[in-house]
Amino acid sequence: MRLAVIGAGAVGSAVVDLASDHGHSVTAFVDSSSAVIDSAGIDTDEVLDRKRADGVVGSDAPEDALSAEYDVLVEATPTTLGDAEPGFSHVQAALERDRHAVLANKGPVAERYADVRALERESEGSVLFEATVGGAMPILSTIDDFDPSHITAVRGVLNGTANFILSRMATEGLDYEHVLAEAQDLGVAEADPTFDVDGTDAALKGVIIANVLSDNETEYTLDDAEVEGIQEISGSALELARADGRTVRLIAEVVEGSVRVGPRLVPDNAPLAVSGTRNIAQLETEHAGQLNISGRGAGGPETASAVLADIGRL
Amino acid sequence: MSDSTDEVRSYTVRLELVDEPGELLRALEPIATNGGNLLSIFHERGNVTPRGHIPVEVDLEATPERFDGIVDALRDAGINVIQAGAEQYSEALTIILTGHLVNTDLSDTLSRIHESTDATVTDLSLSAPGGTDDASSARIRLATEEGAVDEAMRSIRTVADEKGLHVIEPLAAGGDA
Repeated sequence: MRLAVIGAGAVGSAVVDLASDHGHSVTAFVDSSSAVIDSAGIDTDEVLDRKRADGVVGSDAPEDALSAEYDVLVEATPTTLGDAEPGFSHVQAALERDRHAVLANKGPVAERYADVRALERESEGSVLFEATVGGAMPILSTIDDFDPSHITAVRGVLNGTANFILSRMATEGLDYEHVLAEAQDLGVAEADPTFDVDGTDAALKGVIIANVLSDNETEYTLDDAEVEGIQEISGSALELARADGRTVRLIAEVVEGSVRVGPRLVPDNAPLAVSGTRNIAQLETEHAGQLNISGRGAGGPETASAVLADIGRL
Repeated sequence: MSDSTDEVRSYTVRLELVDEPGELLRALEPIATNGGNLLSIFHERGNVTPRGHIPVEVDLEATPERFDGIVDALRDAGINVIQAGAEQYSEALTIILTGHLVNTDLSDTLSRIHESTDATVTDLSLSAPGGTDDASSARIRLATEEGAVDEAMRSIRTVADEKGLHVIEPLAAGGDA
């Protein structure tokens, strides 16, 4: 497949880096200010070196990338809320040309799911977005394999930064501010960790799961989610939980048409009590009990692996 | 899930005893002799009813059949049984409350949870590392009737909201929690 990769952050760059390993070529690669386009396939190593050294991918105009030759558009620009632009327009451009779109950007499928699906219905192309939920973990494709109608609930730890903070607080008996600063030093938390710690990121993932589970009947957006973050969790609360064989995790819960994200008490030894940046999704199936999928929920190569898995499914 | 009648269940019985020596023992005897297994006795000596009686809450285990016998025997012995078996306190619920628990009158918070939910507080641990004027945390274990957990959670949220407290809820049944 020929890929047009829009977005040159950790995920977009990793997709470009790993594409040839999966038998694909990259015909267009775009960052926020520049692009490199070559219908014969770009030299990915050279381009990635240039991006690292000079901060630009090439000298072509970014707007030309959407009309370049490709089979799959990989939308890996940062997630935006509301109208989900410019990610949504990129997906639209691909579908209107009967090309496939694979998303790592949560915006279009969390905020404008019905619009995306409507465009897909009119197109020869398909939309896949495994990478938007749980990084490398095959959550959406597993739901799809079982069929959404056979999944009654999904609960999970879907934000590694929040989980890192909570598990560090619990094991070290440290307070939120202290552990957050440590997480930022380690690069686990971003300079502005708001979306991770206030539950927004996990909620977007919950909303995407809810959209997939509802199978086009009801559309969910971030506004439909009940969201609470971990900023108010104190060391003493975690200590009390631990004395009782429990711990606190930021859990995203999608059940019976509701999406809820908040700190919850879970038994210390429960599958959901993963530690560090690890993620987990627990699917409640109608006929096969619980299914736990655990792994790395973020990171460039991890998320790119999910993008490339989607491309393989097309 | 089974409706089998030989299944042992937990029950809470509320009794009102006359404040006289030997009354408590007299009340417990019918329970033991009718095959009930006593779990706990909560003797609220400081909390006299308007009629001057002392409320006692007894948790016990018995099969449903034996439980009926116990209640009959208690009544036969002239013990005032206020509540028996109407509810089965069979679902335990653990929450953590955080915030200015002490300044917002923790005991009032607990009694309001108790009143509005029909849930019984069975355990409480408080942690106030910064002193009682600072934010603190409390782990509260409640026993509720079967199927009443959602309702209890709703009431707890309402009380917490009013007092500006923060509730860490357990993951609902169905999950692992």
